[in-house]
Amino acid sequence: MDDVQKRLLEEVADLHKIPVGAYNIRANGKLEGRATTENINIVTKEDKPGIDIFVKDGTVNESLHIPVILSQSGLEDLVYNDFHIGDNCNVTIIAGCGIHNGGDKSSRHDGIHTFYIGDNSKVKYVEKHYGEGDGSGENIMNPTTIINLGKDSYMEMETVQIKGVDSTVRDSKAVVGDGSTLIIKEKIMTHGKQKAETNFKVDLNGMDCSCDVISRSVAKDASHQRFCSEINGNNKCMGHTECDAIIMDDASVSAIPEITANCIDASLIHEAAIGKIAGEQLIKLMTLGLTEKEAEEQIVNGFLK
Amino acid sequence: MIELKNVSYSVNDDNNNVDIINDVSLTIDERFVAITGPNGGGKSTLAKLIAGIIKPTKGNIYLDGKDITDASITERANLGISYAFQQPVRFKGITVMDLIKLAAGKDISVNGACDYLSQVGLCARDYINREVNASLSGGELKRIEIAMALARSTKLTVFDEPEAGIDLWSFQNLIEVFEKMHEKINGSIIIISHQERILDIADKIVVISDGKIAAQGTKEEILPEVLKGTGNCKFYDKKEC
Repeated sequence: MDDVQKRLLEEVADLHKIPVGAYNIRANGKLEGRATTENINIVTKEDKPGIDIFVKDGTVNESLHIPVILSQSGLEDLVYNDFHIGDNCNVTIIAGCGIHNGGDKSSRHDGIHTFYIGDNSKVKYVEKHYGEGDGSGENIMNPTTIINLGKDSYMEMETVQIKGVDSTVRDSKAVVGDGSTLIIKEKIMTHGKQKAETNFKVDLNGMDCSCDVISRSVAKDASHQRFCSEINGNNKCMGHTECDAIIMDDASVSAIPEITANCIDASLIHEAAIGKIAGEQLIKLMTLGLTEKEAEEQIVNGFLK
Repeated sequence: MIELKNVSYSVNDDNNNVDIINDVSLTIDERFVAITGPNGGGKSTLAKLIAGIIKPTKGNIYLDGKDITDASITERANLGISYAFQQPVRFKGITVMDLIKLAAGKDISVNGACDYLSQVGLCARDYINREVNASLSGGELKRIEIAMALARSTKLTVFDEPEAGIDLWSFQNLIEVFEKMHEKINGSIIIISHQERILDIADKIVVISDGKIAAQGTKEEILPEVLKGTGNCKFYDKKEC
């Protein structure tokens, strides 16, 4: 692996060396390295690009890294990754995609991740998207996440896109079962002429299930973001969606929440707030000795932390 | 030492110039100076003029003899002026520790930050990683605001109604905080306050009313008049309250 690829790996997966536990590293559309453990197996799909991951019942405190890196300009990569997670598990999955595009052609990665999570399991899923490169070619990422949560399970999805992705459409769909909880935390920062679109659709089908979809974003320069979250309460359930965005310069942000209660015992809330950085926040930090620009950076970094 | 020379601040309201501060000249180099006076009299405006949040429409401001009238908020902060807001600002995602670090201007240890927080009566371990957001009460925010001023320890600190929202139990501690702070900075602390116990520790009391200095002097000279209440106080009678 060359230096550019190593740096991408560091950015998207905080990996400085070969990770502990199971991993599958995909570089420029090919398998770069893989390790399995007694409880976590990774198998290459035969009918289409991608992998099947099998986590045995009762697997606790194990981690899985599946980063994808693209350093070859103009490459279009599509993968289907399916996660089959058993009952009574507690695992952390770190995915992510880093693109370095030094050329003038678009580089594109579309990852379609499907989760089948059993009963009484806990999954933390972290996904980080990062792009760089001095070429004029665009970095495009369109991740799709499909989540099927069983009974009394818990999934926390953390999705972060801070830098360098020119265009993204992020679709996430979830079906939540009896007693299960789904937490989604999204953080996005766009700059230049970037476009980011996020669509969440959660079906709260189970008795006493819940979800919390939280998006925090910063749109700078002439970038545009669009956030749609749809929550359907089809049983006795609790659902909450929140979009909080800071706009700067000539950026624009749309937030479109849609909550539907199809059951008398469904309790759903949506909140959305978009605005520029409050003047008094800047002033407060300036009275501590920061310049206006430094104050702005602190506020943005804190907001997206 | 901070000096205001013939400072005025006016705003345009329906094409009429309204003076919020009207030709104020004031020199402060005492340890503790309390600024008091009726609501709407111009006290907070004066604090903002000193911190540079607003600029005077007339007159000049000097810090230790240096003209800072045109200096920005950041420049004044770096020259040694601190300002604890009357209404502290909330920040989503920024923690108490982050703010104390920014105030201190360096990377301080958790213990160092805890020290400032415990001085204002906050159990640091519970607060250090809290976000300075809507989950904190007004009183908690106010104490954090004071802790930031302590962390800065600059030669001039302006506290705008520090006692507002702080429970009476911790009032004595607040006064001790000011005393201790003074030992450390050896400069001036300006406290905008209506509280007798704060006025009582002041070396000088300045009464601001209707944008002007209605009186200034020692607490022996000023306090008896102020405590008579607004109904018959000779310093207050210019303004209809």
